[in-house]
Amino acid sequence: MLDKSIIERFKNIVGEKNVETSSMSLHSYSYDATPGFRKTPDIVIAPHNTEEIAEIVKICNDHKIPLTPRGSGTNLSAGTTPLKGGVVLLFKLLNNILEIDDQNLTVTVQPGVVTKSLIEKVEAKGLLYPPDPSSMNISTIGGNINENSGGLRGLKYGVTRDYVLGLTIVLPNGDIIKTGGKLAKDVAGYDLTRLFVGSEGTLGIITEAILKLVPMPEYKKTMLATYEDIDDAAKTVSAIIENRIIPATLEFLDQPTVEVVEEYNQIGLPTDAKAILLIEQDGPESVVNKDIDKIAEICKELHAVTVSVAKNEQEATALTTARRSALSTIARLRPTTFLEDATVPRSQVAPMVKEINRIAEKYNVKICTFGHAGDGNLHPTVPTDVRDKEEYHRVEQAFAEIFEKAVELGGTITGEHGVGAMKAPFLKLKLGEEGVRALKNIKQSFDPNNIMNPGKMFFEDDEKGE
Amino acid sequence: MDTLVKERIQEDFQNRMDRDELENCMRCGFCLPVCPTYIQSGYDETQSPRGRIALMKGIVDGEIEPDEDIEQTLNECLGCRACEPACPAGVNYGQLLEEARDIFNQNKQHSLPERVIRKTVFEGLFPHPNRMENMTSLLTFYQRSGLQKVARNIGFMKLFPDTLATMEKVLPTTPTRKEMRSQSSYYVHKSQPKATVAFFKGCLMDTMFREVNKATIELLQKVGCDIAVPDTQNCCGALHGHSGEKEKAKELAKKNIAAFEQIGADYIITNAGGCGAFLHDYGHLLHDDPEWSERASHFSSKIKDITAILIDLDFHMMPLQMPEQVVTYQDSCHLRNVQKTFEEPRLLLESIDGFHYEEMNDAARCCGSAGIYNIVHSELSMKHLDYKMKQVKDTAATTIVTTNPGCLLQMKLGIEREGLSNKVRAVHIVELLIEAVDRRTSM
Repeated sequence: MLDKSIIERFKNIVGEKNVETSSMSLHSYSYDATPGFRKTPDIVIAPHNTEEIAEIVKICNDHKIPLTPRGSGTNLSAGTTPLKGGVVLLFKLLNNILEIDDQNLTVTVQPGVVTKSLIEKVEAKGLLYPPDPSSMNISTIGGNINENSGGLRGLKYGVTRDYVLGLTIVLPNGDIIKTGGKLAKDVAGYDLTRLFVGSEGTLGIITEAILKLVPMPEYKKTMLATYEDIDDAAKTVSAIIENRIIPATLEFLDQPTVEVVEEYNQIGLPTDAKAILLIEQDGPESVVNKDIDKIAEICKELHAVTVSVAKNEQEATALTTARRSALSTIARLRPTTFLEDATVPRSQVAPMVKEINRIAEKYNVKICTFGHAGDGNLHPTVPTDVRDKEEYHRVEQAFAEIFEKAVELGGTITGEHGVGAMKAPFLKLKLGEEGVRALKNIKQSFDPNNIMNPGKMFFEDDEKGE
Repeated sequence: MDTLVKERIQEDFQNRMDRDELENCMRCGFCLPVCPTYIQSGYDETQSPRGRIALMKGIVDGEIEPDEDIEQTLNECLGCRACEPACPAGVNYGQLLEEARDIFNQNKQHSLPERVIRKTVFEGLFPHPNRMENMTSLLTFYQRSGLQKVARNIGFMKLFPDTLATMEKVLPTTPTRKEMRSQSSYYVHKSQPKATVAFFKGCLMDTMFREVNKATIELLQKVGCDIAVPDTQNCCGALHGHSGEKEKAKELAKKNIAAFEQIGADYIITNAGGCGAFLHDYGHLLHDDPEWSERASHFSSKIKDITAILIDLDFHMMPLQMPEQVVTYQDSCHLRNVQKTFEEPRLLLESIDGFHYEEMNDAARCCGSAGIYNIVHSELSMKHLDYKMKQVKDTAATTIVTTNPGCLLQMKLGIEREGLSNKVRAVHIVELLIEAVDRRTSM
């Protein structure tokens, strides 16, 4: 419980109606999209600007009040769950696109802008903001930056990190700093911009961002290939790249996923196919046509059972339906859906999928795997029921082994969802003791009182003085 | 709310809420961008489907007390169910909402005036077709006797809240008692016979919107339907179901099922999106009643909107003509989100020569009518309507087409509020179709 006088001070900063303390509001901001994590905050505050945030942060720092920034709460690593109570900071009033700069090809935004609306606004000007996480209809750009979100276009265009040029940040002591700018080149000091992208709200609060835009590709083509053997599908992925073609999208669905998708949607997918690849290329029309022809050839050489290229927009949409409906179909199987993001080098996609299937059998849990084959970012997804404690335990064990396997194959425990509280116990797997210590030292120097999103990234048992 | 009431509500939540359905919400947030109250509230989680489900689950789990705040956010939901098609996990939000509202309502001590109104509306008026007729007759008398003119001239309506006063202006000219009673119970096809259907006439549609019902039957005859109109049918119960009067809704449902079972028609046709959706959900409404569950599901499986059967029977292939004009369509939320009928009305409109169909931005977003929402939550409702009218104006349409009486009245209200009554009209789709087909045959 917060002291009444502190609540009053918050109200003085942002106005009475932007401070919530009703049990209804507190309960409604106690979760995000991660199953199994929930904690009620003490107060929910919606500030209007950077200066108000700086004042709020100072109060929190003085009184050691935990503070969790929150966009739309689509987080899948419990990164926006206020695990230590305290303040939940909302960005719903900071949702303006401040400037689209045609000369420098940048867009300046506030963190509460919904990613899709940003994408639509810049596309209307013939420009592209490539990061397109599956949650983009609702996730905010601030959340995307804090988690360094990926998406379906990651292979060719990279992830959020590759598009953040500059940030305005409120540090945990209340200082306001600006990093980077509308610059292609800038080596003045440590690269704080990169440090804050993906920092999961543990180092400070991002209150403004300058993002890079690229020209809109003029043409796009979509195709689908099915395989009887996962290895053939994986070899296709490698062969495409070896042939010096980088598709815009290169997605993968395994057999359990295909079975489920087909059972519910009846879109004519071969359920005996062990794997499906969804491939898209964009760019100048002649290049796209040449690439797609070559890719189709490679698919056939590597024993694809069927290869179909969409003749028009409608057919393209029909093909992408399979990939897009993967999550929604799996979610219908059982009450709880765990969607993970174990990531390996793309040459290891086939071994990783096989390992996942072995682990599923070992722990007797259903795991459907789909994801971004082109960049090795897989989504092993488990339909389960958190109320079944015994099964839930087996699911946890299976995931622990999947993360171990991913790291063993040269991969990582999270490709695009972030560490949060969910993966905190596994961070050591990827970074080692020394690596975790290095990160903690950074955290300590920015946030000695540990007020910024505490309980995230670093595993509780490792924490000192909590 | 005193502690005893809270305890009773919590107990009812634990006994009655579908826990699997609550658990099915994976809190992904995909429902947020399509929720009108979430958007209108400036992105307040407590005003979203994900938030409301979390609150219901919180009560079941004993993590929060059921209080006035929660009751209010449940009541402020439009019940448009736009969240359902957007939900990856397929959560039946509408059913959860109805159950939760019913629990709050049944444990509530209403104020005396509210008790009187609720009793009049839910028990005294809607379940009794003859009383609906009487009520409409009064309105007809009011409109035709000159009383309406007098009331307007002396500014009598200024005594009422703005919305009601405007509503009074936009009510359609209602039929006389004689006209209402002139309905037959069987109509024969007027072209090659293709199907036998039963017609669900509704209560508002049967009285206030009699012209729409007449046009519906004529259209069905023209596409080759024999139409039975069982006279023992009743109000669908949607108003009751959505307002926390579930038991009364069940009674009405049983009467309707029994009335239509005797006919054995291929389809049961509706022309009001709201009623159609509620009839479509009878299977769920009576799912735990051993005597009725199967009969209810069978009944529900036969429900079809007039626009859907017209497309099935190729009405849109007929020559249809109207004067040159820009037309736009406002989806009935329930027709779209529950009955999944949204392509059909558009196909019909696009098939008329002379029409330039212009899709409005966010056509699928609720207009704010939502049963009696525009009366009980007048201020909020008008915010939704203002947004909607802006989208309408952007299309430059002179005709707004709807498929539900509530939406139709709300659109008329919007036109009046914007001062567009000389330029824009709102019509039910069947009125337009009958005009288009008649115009062609008369040419």
